[in-house]
Amino acid sequence: MTPAARFHVPHPSARPGEAPDFGYLKLSAAGAVERPAPDAHVHDIEHLAYGLVRVLDDAGGAVGPWVPSLDGETLREGLRAMLLTRAFDDRLLRMQRQGKLSFFMQTLGEEAVSVAAALALEPGDMLFPHYRNVGLHIARGHSPVELMCQCLSNSRDMCKGRQMPIMYHWARGNIFSISGNLATQFPQAVGWAMAAAIKNEANIAAGWVGEGSTAEADFHHALTFAAVYRAPVLLNVVNNQWAISTFQGFAGGERRPFAARGLGYGIASIRVDGNDFLAVHAVTRWAAERARMGRGPTLVELVTYRRGAHSTSDDPSRYRPRDEWKAWPLGDPIERLQAHLLAGGGWSEADQAALAAECKAQVDACWREALAYGSMTEAPRLDQYELFEDVYRDMPRHLIAQRDALRALADYQPKAAAPDSEG
Amino acid sequence: MATMNMVQALNSAMDVVMERDPNVVILGEDVGYFGGVFRCTEGLQEKYGEARVIDAPIAEGGIVGCAIGMGVHGLRPIAEMQFADYIYPGFDQIVSELARLRYRTAGDFFAPVTIRAPCGGGIRGGQTHSQSPEGIFTHVCGLQVAMPSNPYDAKGLLISAIEADDPVVFFEPKRLYHGPFDGDPEKPATSWEGHPLGEVPSGYYTVPLGRAQVLREGADVTVLCYGTMVHVAQAAAELAGVDAEIVDVRTLAPLDTATLAESVKKTGRCVIVHEATRFSGYGAELAATVQEECFYHLEAPVTRVAGWDTPYPHAFEWDYFPGPRRVAAAIERVLEAA
Repeated sequence: MTPAARFHVPHPSARPGEAPDFGYLKLSAAGAVERPAPDAHVHDIEHLAYGLVRVLDDAGGAVGPWVPSLDGETLREGLRAMLLTRAFDDRLLRMQRQGKLSFFMQTLGEEAVSVAAALALEPGDMLFPHYRNVGLHIARGHSPVELMCQCLSNSRDMCKGRQMPIMYHWARGNIFSISGNLATQFPQAVGWAMAAAIKNEANIAAGWVGEGSTAEADFHHALTFAAVYRAPVLLNVVNNQWAISTFQGFAGGERRPFAARGLGYGIASIRVDGNDFLAVHAVTRWAAERARMGRGPTLVELVTYRRGAHSTSDDPSRYRPRDEWKAWPLGDPIERLQAHLLAGGGWSEADQAALAAECKAQVDACWREALAYGSMTEAPRLDQYELFEDVYRDMPRHLIAQRDALRALADYQPKAAAPDSEG
Repeated sequence: MATMNMVQALNSAMDVVMERDPNVVILGEDVGYFGGVFRCTEGLQEKYGEARVIDAPIAEGGIVGCAIGMGVHGLRPIAEMQFADYIYPGFDQIVSELARLRYRTAGDFFAPVTIRAPCGGGIRGGQTHSQSPEGIFTHVCGLQVAMPSNPYDAKGLLISAIEADDPVVFFEPKRLYHGPFDGDPEKPATSWEGHPLGEVPSGYYTVPLGRAQVLREGADVTVLCYGTMVHVAQAAAELAGVDAEIVDVRTLAPLDTATLAESVKKTGRCVIVHEATRFSGYGAELAATVQEECFYHLEAPVTRVAGWDTPYPHAFEWDYFPGPRRVAAAIERVLEAA
């Protein structure tokens, strides 16, 4: 027996130069998965982890038991938030390329994952995002100017220049801070939900991680604690197929869907088409209802595709087929919701074009305003001496001394550099 | 006033604060029904209920991560690590999350979590029940780190820690739980009965974080120490027949530089003692601080006495432990220097 026979290294279905192949995906037809009552016993709904909840069919119709009862206004609000997210994304990516931002991470293709969930949850529910969830902010109404100011580390940066671009937070909007250390927010979301339950509040928490970070211990801590205390929390795994260069098989997704991980913990687990706005909305609402009625946590796997690079620091054509996204079987979330609105009548191609143009114009105006508040390199800038603040609530003596030392350095002239020095 | 051992003092601290503030909760392994493996939370679940004194799964990363989320939602969690040696699975949550949340959100979010961790050896605990990892945490900005040496400080400091809006890692020298220990394992164990710092008020009081305390005034040499080593240092000074000034650092971060410097400037000599390993240990920070603050007052090189740079050996813990003879020898060396 060769070592290779007993040592398995997962391989993606296609590498650069090869034909994309998503045959590994287990899909269900739109409308095919049953919708149990939200108070169903966890043991009776284990099959949901292996199906794929889909509502939108290829013709833009909404079919099956998961069709949410959303009015046209809500659908248009969702479309608008997704278009705004995409316009924001596009603009900031280009600005990063021009050197205005040190770094950026796109959300392209994953807009429904965030926007539909945000609209399905209550404003008082606390959201613990990962780094590809800017749609949560936009759908909840966080000003794009504020988000841009964070990316620019400028004088209005909510993080005061202490976080890389895209690490937003919004205390007033109940959206938690983003960490670069992956999955740390998952047990924190569970803790928040435990506190809500202890306080007997109706609000719930929701957290997001990518499928790659389900390998982190914190993912498993979150599931254990959520299950043990039956915490009112939604644990979302955004399976966008790629963790930088490693495909989802490297997080253990080759043989079983990520949703199935919840079953071992006794957690309700469900797999949903992440590019289907209606399905994400319906599943989020269902899981939230479960949580609010005391049925505990739900693990939601959202099947989607990361269309852009992981970040502005990698080139995906080095590790996957350049046009792999074109073969993605679940389409584009914006186009699919648009098709649904068009099919329903009362919405036209012209309305669509106007809305897209409006979102783009809004982003352009926001960008101009954000730039007026400066950037990392252009005034107005943050006061650098504020870097010593917020390490503690009250600044301790040693940090006051270090701040003074940085201030004094501004006036320091090395002796050798003085004009009258010899040598 | 009543005599309390350190376990009772810590229990009283949590009891007093939980009585005053309904947002204070305890989370940890075996802390609830059983009252903790060291009995520090005994009776608290019965008094405050299962939703406030919460038995946790065996996952320190989960305990700290959940405590952060609870703290963000307005609770004031006390997370117990069963042994300081078990804290490492929670390290990322403490270092990357808890310590920096206020900073990274420019004050918009914070989590007032206190992490209690029984530390130190001399209890036949071997390498996984004896460690003193305080120096690993003093290196992390955003954390406060404390280690009491007696029941009075234990209660007052723990109340301050729980009430602080910034996170505190609170190390409890478990060898001191039931009595002062001067480092001689041959002597019969003593209790806190009769010790002046074993007299503890039953009600609310605080010992502020960030203040060292001169426990014994002396003229010849300053011994900077904390936790169990405070008692060892006193025994060592007696052994050496030296008029030593014993300074209990108490809060390691932020450090009370002024009290330390004042003492060393007076005596001109300084010995630093801790049970943790020596290389890159907290003593290095103390030595550097003393050198910066007191260089022109020093009569001798600053000396460190610490655990050897080995893991804590089960069968040889008294060879490892920086006991009174090792400390006395160092004091004598420092006094012999010109």
